[in-house]
Amino acid sequence: MSEETHPSPSAHVPPTGAEAREKLLENYPKKTLRKRSKQMLVNETPETPAQIGANSRTVPGIITQRGCSYAGCKGVVIGPIYDILHITHGPIGCGYYSWLSRRNKTRIREDNETNYLQYSMSTDMQENHIVFGGEKQLAQAIEEAYEEFKPKAISVYATCPVGLIGDDIHSVCAEAKKKLGINVFGFSCEGYKGVSQSAGHHIANNGVFKNMIGLDDTEQDYPYTINVLGEYNIGGDAWEIDRVLNLCGIKVIGTLSGGVSYDEICNCHQANLNVVMCHRSINYMAEMMETKFGIPWFKVNFIGLEGTKKSLRKIAQYFGDKTLIDRVEEVIAAEMAEVRPVLEDVKPRTSGKKAALFVGGSRAHHYQDLFTDMDMEVFAAGYEFAHRDDYEGRDVLPNIKVDADTRNIEDLTIEQDETRFNLRQTVDRKKSLEDSGFEFSDYEGMMRQMKKDTLVIDDISHHELEKLIEMYKPDIIGSGVKDKYVIEKMGIPCKQLHSYDYGGPYAGFKGAINFYEEIDRMTSSKVWQLNRAPWDEEPVAKEEPAAVSA
Amino acid sequence: MNRQTIAPDYRTAAGLCPQGEAPEIATRNACKVCSPLGAAMVFKGIRGCLPFLHGSQGCATYIRRYLISHFREPVDIASSSFTEDDAIFGGAKNFTAGLLNVQQQYQPELIGVATTCLSETIGENMLGMIQAYKKEQQPGDAPLIHVSTPAYNGTHSDGFATAVQEVIRALVPASAETRANRVNILPAMMSCADLRHLREMAAAFDLEATLLPDYSDTLEGTGWDQYHRMSPGGTSVEEISQMGEAAGTLELGHLRAEKRTSASGDLQERSGVPRHALGWPMGIRLTDEFVTSLATCANKVMPDSLRRARGRVVDAYVDGHKYLSGRTAAVYGEPDLVVALAAFLSEVGIRPILCATGAKVRDWQKLVTSQVEGNTEDIQALQGVDHARVSQCCRDHKPDLLVGSSKGYPLARELEIPLLRLGFPIHDRFGAQRQLTVGYEGTLSLFDQLVNIFLDEKQETSLTGNSYQ
Repeated sequence: MSEETHPSPSAHVPPTGAEAREKLLENYPKKTLRKRSKQMLVNETPETPAQIGANSRTVPGIITQRGCSYAGCKGVVIGPIYDILHITHGPIGCGYYSWLSRRNKTRIREDNETNYLQYSMSTDMQENHIVFGGEKQLAQAIEEAYEEFKPKAISVYATCPVGLIGDDIHSVCAEAKKKLGINVFGFSCEGYKGVSQSAGHHIANNGVFKNMIGLDDTEQDYPYTINVLGEYNIGGDAWEIDRVLNLCGIKVIGTLSGGVSYDEICNCHQANLNVVMCHRSINYMAEMMETKFGIPWFKVNFIGLEGTKKSLRKIAQYFGDKTLIDRVEEVIAAEMAEVRPVLEDVKPRTSGKKAALFVGGSRAHHYQDLFTDMDMEVFAAGYEFAHRDDYEGRDVLPNIKVDADTRNIEDLTIEQDETRFNLRQTVDRKKSLEDSGFEFSDYEGMMRQMKKDTLVIDDISHHELEKLIEMYKPDIIGSGVKDKYVIEKMGIPCKQLHSYDYGGPYAGFKGAINFYEEIDRMTSSKVWQLNRAPWDEEPVAKEEPAAVSA
Repeated sequence: MNRQTIAPDYRTAAGLCPQGEAPEIATRNACKVCSPLGAAMVFKGIRGCLPFLHGSQGCATYIRRYLISHFREPVDIASSSFTEDDAIFGGAKNFTAGLLNVQQQYQPELIGVATTCLSETIGENMLGMIQAYKKEQQPGDAPLIHVSTPAYNGTHSDGFATAVQEVIRALVPASAETRANRVNILPAMMSCADLRHLREMAAAFDLEATLLPDYSDTLEGTGWDQYHRMSPGGTSVEEISQMGEAAGTLELGHLRAEKRTSASGDLQERSGVPRHALGWPMGIRLTDEFVTSLATCANKVMPDSLRRARGRVVDAYVDGHKYLSGRTAAVYGEPDLVVALAAFLSEVGIRPILCATGAKVRDWQKLVTSQVEGNTEDIQALQGVDHARVSQCCRDHKPDLLVGSSKGYPLARELEIPLLRLGFPIHDRFGAQRQLTVGYEGTLSLFDQLVNIFLDEKQETSLTGNSYQ
């Protein structure tokens, strides 16, 4: 067996960022090379990030990690809502592949409720529907589902053929809404829209805002109310975040959209503050809620100890009450007392090990914090479907060129709500805090946090990932299931950061403990040493046996 | 059973499901997957072949994800990544660009192109685009195969069978030669262990088998001691091209046997290769048919190894049939698998009272019952159904056992009956890719599992807590 894929770490000298980049770009046809060069950077000036090509059309044939708009809309943002019915209008594949395939956990609130996530509902379009239209089928499917479940709301998702054959899901939904007396709405999230899941996030945000936000004005009589936006409760992350916030006395009205209920979404405009976890998928909601209701937002990060502490303290600062500020410090101290021994235990083993992350639109940045906690070195990272602002920071937003694919995704025009704008003087609170340097609507982006000479690669392809591994011989890669097995065949552990490899939670304090223990176990595993059999060292003989038939 | 009954995940609201009706119009919890997935599996069974889906990248990504979590192996599938413009004006540009990129980066031996709902709905001129791509190709570039697999027609089983037929049509020239020691085997959508064992059984007759597809290495690989651009394994294009010279083609799966046109039929027509249309060789009777065909192709008597393997199965049946006799099972999944299970289960004394498939199959009841031993009045054969319907039937008829994919778990848990996981997808257990079902060995393995399921249940529910049965 060659030393190529299983050397001892000390023997190997990694390339410089520039050298690695050159190798990665080898073998591309000219046109692809032009495009790809812009999407792959060496992070030479972290304080003032260079411009990166992001959110552009996927290069065909490149074996991308990216999915489609339907996945971003139904799979990611709306799918997790457990008490509305989700009906996919299209042939069977899309509805099937998004059936419980994401670990956005949830639990029913009342005993007499049903968790609708167990159901994959599809109009299962056949050829005759493609030819003659499927609107009637959809209308019947909605009615039939209503008759059986009597849900609070029904959500309909369009797939690729729908837009092309001219099925108008919105008018079908409007009719059903009138007839059945419940909320029925649709999402035109055909898979070919946009260039990735990101288009679907945007479409979903628009739909949530138009159809759910603001429907329930019940007041929330708590001193400190927030929403956690862009948190999908993968592996129970949101529950860990809730646990910590509850200990501090902070009430979450709605988490969008992990573990959330329809009622909570309808009521969440009653919060005083929005905090944003995943900037990419939910920034639209944060902006729209501010425009309409005057609820300010700022970025938080509950992944990693520093991020969690900082986020808690910033939320406390927002409300400004000494009781809350003190309480937060108490909680942090108690939680850190649990975490610290675990971290001290793993650090001797993890210190200096090398990691790279290629995933999603947010995790590739925030998970670097957990690796940093363990004294591990991140040498490369990249998103799958993020935009320039997720890499370079929100200050580049005015400069981002709006291409044709983006232009086709609707940007809603939102007006101030007549009666409910600034209902709890949140606008005033924001203004007075800003005057003293407090930052809102902020996101610094991934590149500022990465070291000099690290590699930033947008939408890494299969081939590039394999080459990167060959060159750097990392100790672990954070990626997704589509890359996991090829990485592990090359002798390197891969931690799935979309599904958490069926582990988690990794958010907050208890989540950090889980992560440290997992990574320690993975990077210390001896299993790859078994690759070398005893006869590879000392052959027993020279001749190969002829096949012996029984 | 001392387990928490009906976990909150699967809890249903009081008074509605499960007492509610299964939907008539919509499909709820489908019992089928879409056709390009089947085609992709076939392409993964050809050496150096990269599957390429013409349509939205979502299809490739979702299908990869599903295949990967079943097989726990890397699955590369390229996509032409349609944008909204392409959906309106056609995807020719992305098609060519995508293929050129694949060629450059992977240097595959073959590119297997399958269409999707999107490319089919807009009526892409696939042949024209392929011709245009061929003009741009360099000498030595990989050839293309093209299969039409819109998801609004058929299921993954159809995509699988269609792809096999198309590969043979495209790559196998008409031949008048015959090589006595070669046989073609066209497996159904079986596990990697099944494919390896089919080859072993042929080898017992001194026959070298060409399997199409053979994903036994590509979808159940070893660790790599060197970097591989594409997963090693699969049947080579060269070997496929010689399929016209074989002594026979064994095409496995009752549905393919029934079809008017078939891959094995094409080989017989064009090259005179005798066609053996057989069922999935599960159980003694169907395996007997399989090995008899092998013996015919090889013109040899039954080898001792197979004779003894068969004997061991009969012996096991004698030892164990009392545990299974009179039990009932509900079976669901790919049609070929379900028919074979009906045959095997009835053979060992389990009544397959429900045989369900998500595929639409003409004369399904007749086909299923033709394979069931004894009286078939108690057999309910449902086609074109979803899990909602399957669940409804099972609540009415209360089988002792469920056999099918992981998607049946909530029902198994609700009814507190065991689930024997077979078919696709199996994502909540380990080792799906090496579940052996074919031949005498596979039959024995399944038989042991079945008996132990019932012994386990007896032990768990015993009032006197027997540690000795």
